[in-house]
Amino acid sequence: MITNERELPGLMAGFVATVKRDLLLAWKRPGDVLNPVVFFAVVSTLFPLATGASPEQLEFSGPGVLWVAALLATLLSLNSLFLADYEDGSLDQFVVSLQPLPMLALAKALAHWLTSGLPLLLVSPLVAVSFRMPAEAIGVLIVTLLFGTISLGLVGSIGAALTIGLHRGTVLLSLLILPLAMPILILGARTVSLAATNETYSAGIYFLAAYAVAALALAPFAAAAALRISYE
Amino acid sequence: MWNYLHKMASPPHFYRLAKILIPWLVLPGALLIAYGAYAGLFVAPPDYQQGDAFRIIYVHVPSAYLSMMAYMIMAISAGIGLIWRIKLAHAVAAGAAPVGASFTILALITGAVWGRPMWGTWWEWGDPRLTSELILLFLYFGYMALRNAIDDTAKADKASAVLAMVGAINVPIIHFSVQWWSSLHQGPTLIRQGGPAIDNEMLYPLLAMIVGFTLVFAALLLRRVRAEVLYRERRTNWVRELILSPRGDG
Amino acid sequence: MTAKLSATGLTLFRGDRCLFEDVGFALDAGQLLLLEGPNGSGKTSLLKAIVGMLELEAGAVYWDGDPVLEQRQLFHGSLAWMAHRVGFKADLTLVENLRFEAVLRPQVAVDIDDILERVDVARLKRLPMRSLSAGQQRRVALARMLLADVPLWLMDEPYTNLDREGSILVAGVVNEHLAGGGLCVMAAHQDVDIDAPVQKVTLR
Repeated sequence: MITNERELPGLMAGFVATVKRDLLLAWKRPGDVLNPVVFFAVVSTLFPLATGASPEQLEFSGPGVLWVAALLATLLSLNSLFLADYEDGSLDQFVVSLQPLPMLALAKALAHWLTSGLPLLLVSPLVAVSFRMPAEAIGVLIVTLLFGTISLGLVGSIGAALTIGLHRGTVLLSLLILPLAMPILILGARTVSLAATNETYSAGIYFLAAYAVAALALAPFAAAAALRISYE
Repeated sequence: MWNYLHKMASPPHFYRLAKILIPWLVLPGALLIAYGAYAGLFVAPPDYQQGDAFRIIYVHVPSAYLSMMAYMIMAISAGIGLIWRIKLAHAVAAGAAPVGASFTILALITGAVWGRPMWGTWWEWGDPRLTSELILLFLYFGYMALRNAIDDTAKADKASAVLAMVGAINVPIIHFSVQWWSSLHQGPTLIRQGGPAIDNEMLYPLLAMIVGFTLVFAALLLRRVRAEVLYRERRTNWVRELILSPRGDG
Repeated sequence: MTAKLSATGLTLFRGDRCLFEDVGFALDAGQLLLLEGPNGSGKTSLLKAIVGMLELEAGAVYWDGDPVLEQRQLFHGSLAWMAHRVGFKADLTLVENLRFEAVLRPQVAVDIDDILERVDVARLKRLPMRSLSAGQQRRVALARMLLADVPLWLMDEPYTNLDREGSILVAGVVNEHLAGGGLCVMAAHQDVDIDAPVQKVTLR
């Protein structure tokens, strides 16, 4: 049973296997992937219904409405990021494995993005068109949502790790994440607005990209620390 | 020096030291505030643009700056507690939160009062500093909500420490993005771009208020942390002796 | 000669309650450390503290003489963990679960089917884990231990949900592991039927 030469599983292998496993799990439950996307579309619809649907109102409110809807949809799907693994005990096996915990956090965040952020990106142009958004602004919308959903997912993973299994975790998670998400929302929505009115918008895109890169570098470590703390 | 710091980190030592310090903070602080309030209300001339309405800055500016400083104290001491495992640091973070949140609320109320004569409304979303202050209040609420949601004190300390540190990193980002957002639609702001043109008769009361408020804030913080320490150490011998001693506790 | 797995002064508090204080042991190859005590006495917490899932109030665990906190990855790469909850994904088959876990710890170079035969779950291998009974799931957890190429086994109540055959299987597998030079730390509140030298830590 014990040999002297052992080939230790590598970091990259662990990362890829974890992403694949989560994607496989999502494949077996397609509802989990579709729900946030449907939620996004439904919430976007709420605004014209509530505030009137004149062309000027739609054009004016479009970027903001779409971004708020994307933010809320992402937020809702974040609660379950670590919850299932924590509850069935598979997270324990990660914590005691030789794979570093930040790697796990990053892998799960990536799988989560592939099953929630990416579908949002793909559906957003359709909803944007209904808000009479000009083509260039839609392109900017997709780019800002790309960086934005990545950032939100990563920052959200920290909150998700902190609130695993807590009473009324979803509400608490939203309360924790929303103030931190406000800069992303501001940068994203306002940049798209600028694009829609033909003003220069590149600054916002650069800052969003920088935020996403910083989040990629730092959030996994904070999420890993939070996971360990949640085990206490 | 490490010996001194190590001694400082001991809860009973801190408890006694804080008790001695508090009156030395409250009295000078109260005097400075009294002077600042009097001079600010009666001695300083009315602002050429805002009239008498500007006088609220004597409360607003100190509150706003202390609300920020309290958050930094909270985040730094939580970080110290997390990394170096010093229990007293966690108690300081726990104590700083409600005090900081109170000063934030004070800053928001005085900010609204200040803006009312100028804007005609109680709240102006366009003002970046007021909006940033509001987001700071949400950060405080989130921190306190997380602490509240976790029963075990040690776990609550650690979890909220992570949150406080992540929040602290985000505070400059929040400020910057709100500033940018506000500049996009050139709304009315509380403070002119170049900074207020302020003469000495206006300045001295303001400085007095700032220092006075800071001293009182420190006293409030120490009182709060003393209460935290007493609660956290309630099963230890030194607390037991304190309660049983003839004088009780002052 | 330093023991392979040792600990001194392990102390853990849960809120105000002291779960255990100043626990120590030294374990060598081929030995079993048995954690005994009634329910709620802190056996699981002690196991979790040894493996690094819980932060100790005081004390340290050593692997090959060095503190485990300084060599976390190496230590974790030398152990396999069987918890109270089996820790498999209910939606995946047992083969999918075990194949995934190959990246979590070093694996033996054996055909997985042989191991599945050994623990008598081979005929279930295409079923999702949710379709298996609690006892069958525990056998799959045993397969996880057998697939791992690690010297240290940590097991929390491994006999749970197992019938008499299953219990004999567990005892046999553990005996084999110990005979091959492995170590085992086990929390159990029943007779474990192990041949190898047994040290005990009793918690109250």
